[in-house]
Amino acid sequence: MTTNGLRTTPFHSRTAALVRGQTWRRWAGYVVASSYDLVHDLEYAAIRGTAALIDVTPLFKYRLRGPDSAALLDRIVTRDVTRCALGQVLYTPWCDPEGKVVDDGTVTRLADHHFRLTSAHPNLRWLHQNAVGMQVEIEDETAETAALSLQGPSAREILARLADTEVTGLRFFRAAPARLGGIPVTVTRTGYTGDLGYEIWVANERAEPLWDLLMATGAPFGILPTGLLAMDVARIEAGLLLIDVDYVSARRALIEPQKSSPFELNLGWTVARGKSPFVGQRALEAERERGSPWAFRGLVVDWDSLEALFTEVGLPPQLPTTAWRVSTPVYGNGQQVGYATSGCWSPLLKKYVALAHLESSHSEPGTEVALEVTIEHRRKRARATVVKTPFFDPDRKRA
Amino acid sequence: MKPPQIWDDLVIGGGHNGLVCAAYLARAGHKVLVLERRPILGGAAVTEEVFPGFRFSVFSYVVSLLRPEIIRDLDLPGHGLNIVPLESTFNPLPDGDYLATWADPEETRRELYRHSPRDADAYQEFGRLMQRMAMAIKPILSVSPPDPASWRPRDLLTMGRLAKHFRDLGEQDLHALVKLMTMSSADYLGEWFESEALKAAKSASGIIGTFLGPRSPGTAYVLLHHYMGEIDGVFRAWGFARGGTGAVSESIASAARSFGAEIRTDASVRRVLVKDGRATGVVLESGEELHARAVVSGLDPRRTFLELVEPGQLPEELVQTVERFRFRGSSGKVNLALSEPPNFTALPGDGPHLKGAIAIAPSVDYLERAYDDAKYGEFSRRPFLDIVIPSLIDPAMAPPGKHVMSIFVQYAPYHRNGGWDDRSREAFGDTVIDTLAEYAPNIRSAILYRQVITPADIEAVTGLSEGNIFQGELALSQLFFLRPAPGWADHTTPIHGYYQCGSGTHPGGGVMGGSGRLAARAVLANEGGAS
Repeated sequence: MTTNGLRTTPFHSRTAALVRGQTWRRWAGYVVASSYDLVHDLEYAAIRGTAALIDVTPLFKYRLRGPDSAALLDRIVTRDVTRCALGQVLYTPWCDPEGKVVDDGTVTRLADHHFRLTSAHPNLRWLHQNAVGMQVEIEDETAETAALSLQGPSAREILARLADTEVTGLRFFRAAPARLGGIPVTVTRTGYTGDLGYEIWVANERAEPLWDLLMATGAPFGILPTGLLAMDVARIEAGLLLIDVDYVSARRALIEPQKSSPFELNLGWTVARGKSPFVGQRALEAERERGSPWAFRGLVVDWDSLEALFTEVGLPPQLPTTAWRVSTPVYGNGQQVGYATSGCWSPLLKKYVALAHLESSHSEPGTEVALEVTIEHRRKRARATVVKTPFFDPDRKRA
Repeated sequence: MKPPQIWDDLVIGGGHNGLVCAAYLARAGHKVLVLERRPILGGAAVTEEVFPGFRFSVFSYVVSLLRPEIIRDLDLPGHGLNIVPLESTFNPLPDGDYLATWADPEETRRELYRHSPRDADAYQEFGRLMQRMAMAIKPILSVSPPDPASWRPRDLLTMGRLAKHFRDLGEQDLHALVKLMTMSSADYLGEWFESEALKAAKSASGIIGTFLGPRSPGTAYVLLHHYMGEIDGVFRAWGFARGGTGAVSESIASAARSFGAEIRTDASVRRVLVKDGRATGVVLESGEELHARAVVSGLDPRRTFLELVEPGQLPEELVQTVERFRFRGSSGKVNLALSEPPNFTALPGDGPHLKGAIAIAPSVDYLERAYDDAKYGEFSRRPFLDIVIPSLIDPAMAPPGKHVMSIFVQYAPYHRNGGWDDRSREAFGDTVIDTLAEYAPNIRSAILYRQVITPADIEAVTGLSEGNIFQGELALSQLFFLRPAPGWADHTTPIHGYYQCGSGTHPGGGVMGGSGRLAARAVLANEGGAS
């Protein structure tokens, strides 16, 4: 048995036939489509305008069962899992003992003593290390469970053709078991786009028929297979963090300044007060008292300022056609006060936006800063304003 | 008659450290002469055409510890050094399975996951910790170790700097470092991993070149020592030198010559000339006398202190310490000329796994048993083997379609019961082939020629005492300010103008060159500029 090479997802027979430019991206040991068409603009438009079908199988997925499954998760994550209702999904980060974020993902309560945890990095060892003496069975289901994300304004209508009201009536961040065309799945009203959308979890063996079913049912609604490039733009608009891009896992950081607390990632709202002890709690309570040196905010680049820099060299404004993820200095009063970690031109908002780590003193919404931009090989600074994220937050996301 | 030529420095031994030292001295403007006993340069870092058309890195067979600052300072790539990465590891197991690691972390993760899902997670975290530990140790590698018992300003200053460095490490890392300094590699790895195959594969690098088993305390440090290899700024990167390890020595020699150093081969030094407590030159076996302001010995501490000079010229304490310095060579080598590559039952064919390091180290028990044999004076009945096939990456090492295989073998105790002779050497060679054939049955019929090297042979050919490949064991009691002796870890000796630059000095073994570089600095600091 050879283990050479990368994994393909159970949808590969379908996706490979559609990727016109052989543009694949590596994600957690798998290859998935960067974009299906040669440019990703229409895929992005599907997320915001119709419906996009995205293969998100590479997410790490763990099944936890047993009387202590809630207690185990509660011990690890910052949110209060004991208050997670049946069929509820929690987005949450988790921390090391110093209160620095190691990963983020979702916790779904599938039954009283049955949860699914998704994560960006592997966490099997971390779960076991924290489960000492607990009655819980931990199972890595990453390789057995496939996942599709159906995102966009038409997502609900497409599902309505396939499932009953138990699915179409799902509220934001809720989960339900369902049968779609006879295929047993779990549907969660979640996604990585900040739009109306669902994630559908299915056993590998039924992955291909599920893809075919959704594509066929979605065709009249303009469903488009969508790759990671389009999703990346959408998640920046939604102000959603990407590990390894927007923050470094405390587990992988080589030096202290690379680490961030949840407060420093704009995730203070996920740090539950008064819950049972969890990893990092003491450090986080102290930080809540003391305040954090860093904040994570949105930046909107001032159009006139950007255009003027291009005009100076005789060029029309040139905008990034895909989301960038190169750490870029942010200045305040002439000094560097932070760094942006991702940014893009928002085709919907018609704004150049970025996500940035800022020293707290420069993080108040409305603060004027400057973002470094490279224009004709020269480093310039464009005016930008600090804003709260998300940049884009449609009512339909929660409605 | 022409008056005898006066050199600034004479370097005894054209091993890689002697050459590095000479290159740095010549670069500083010194008139330097290197004296090598053998007809070829490199010491234990040589490439030789042992059989017609088959070229072998006869002794040292991989490169990684060579200090990057030396590569930069001497522009070794400009002098022909070309290191090809050794990207994978492949350990066949007795149950027909195998354990591999690959250049790509995801691919490695997937392979480890097969053996233990938890170890797959732990592996990355372990790698990260070892990287931080290597960063923690790195500053020590490039300074002369301070003597903690000394009040000399230089020692105090360096101690102060190191103390601050370690204080800045943070609690977690400091604790990890102390563990690495005190534990056995098996125990340390046991804290991280559950898969026997992985623990064994990792603990093997904790025993290389030592007369210790994976369960002996102190081996965790050797593990770290092998993590300090750095190529292109990446820790834990190993490679082959194109042209074999001798090409490393040749590139250093070429750099030294370009700075004006002279190098003589077939020039065996009998003694260092000492007058009024000061080294004045050397006398060769031929009787020729050469004079210089400084003499640097690249030989091991035993030869440097007990053979090249009259021990009577040294403090009694130092003589005793050197007499007690442990060599105890524990490894041998088998070099094979092959008609075809090995075909492993666990992973048949000529896959990429053959281009990396291949090891026979299936379990910690296996390694410990191999050590047990050696403890009682026998070579291991089933030894640890560390194998590379350079011809798969550098075809010029063998005739077209043929291959050379280098097998590092442990344990082969220098102090074997009954000593080493032709018969025991061949029996040792047979044991190695028998061991390998259990995993790659075609090996026997593929062998065209074989060269078997015992620790006694290593000593006879290279001059390394007791065949110890590190010029003295890499044990904590023989490292840092204790290498080779307290008070004399700064590359000087009690004889003025007499210096030491071999890997028996700090920072020690492996084709690292750090000792040669630090010794050159000591010479330049004490003897001043060119004459």
